[in-house]
Amino acid sequence: MKISKIKELLEAEVLSGEELIEGEVHSACGCDMMSDVLAFVKDQAVLLTGLCNPQVVRTATMMDMRCIVFVRGKRPSADVVALANDSGIAVLATDMRMYAACGILYQNGLHAGECSK
Amino acid sequence: MNDKVVFHFDIDGDNFTSAGEASVKIKKLLREMGFSPDTIRRVSVAMYEGEINMVIHANGGAADVEVYSDRIEIILADKGPGIANIELAMQEGYSTAPDNIRSLGFGAGMGLPNMKRYTDEMRIESAVGEGTTIYMTVRT
Repeated sequence: MKISKIKELLEAEVLSGEELIEGEVHSACGCDMMSDVLAFVKDQAVLLTGLCNPQVVRTATMMDMRCIVFVRGKRPSADVVALANDSGIAVLATDMRMYAACGILYQNGLHAGECSK
Repeated sequence: MNDKVVFHFDIDGDNFTSAGEASVKIKKLLREMGFSPDTIRRVSVAMYEGEINMVIHANGGAADVEVYSDRIEIILADKGPGIANIELAMQEGYSTAPDNIRSLGFGAGMGLPNMKRYTDEMRIESAVGEGTTIYMTVRT
């Protein structure tokens, strides 16, 4: 699924990485606990989270993720957005809650990745 | 290449915001050195979890990364409180992190298990009241 499609489905605002939104993602992970994200292995993934600190961006960077979606109307600070920009990660923000956002993406064909054993 | 390349980082224990910066640097350096994305991810995730642990539990410490052609060794050393029961600490979901850490997205009891998950070898030396040193090897 293209990041631009995620933007459309989640009625999201692009906070950073407008030039990246035609990129493809193949799986998604919805999580507020970063170590659970780090146990998840899939290339070209998107992270949906309600957490807004710089460690969200570092976690996504470590996992080579392409896009972070901040849910339930949260807006990260400018330094968090800048960190994502430096890492080449698109940043989206939606007013939808986590459950709804994940459900809509899943229903439209963006499924979960696999967890590393 | 028999020679090793060594990188050293001091991990600032007072700054949760900067935790992980050393791992981001290692990720970049390994990419420049031409390692595979899988190897780079395994090293950087294991080191990142270690860095976070040192900031949460041990007021920082030191990270040394030795890069060989066939493996990467990561040594994380701190002078924190030590781990009383290593077997328990290795169980997924077991955590001694304070609640405020959970509100920051960590403290789920997955740090040490993730470090083991992504490395080929992992050894913990710890003494209560003295500190902890973790040795990890990722084969390329």
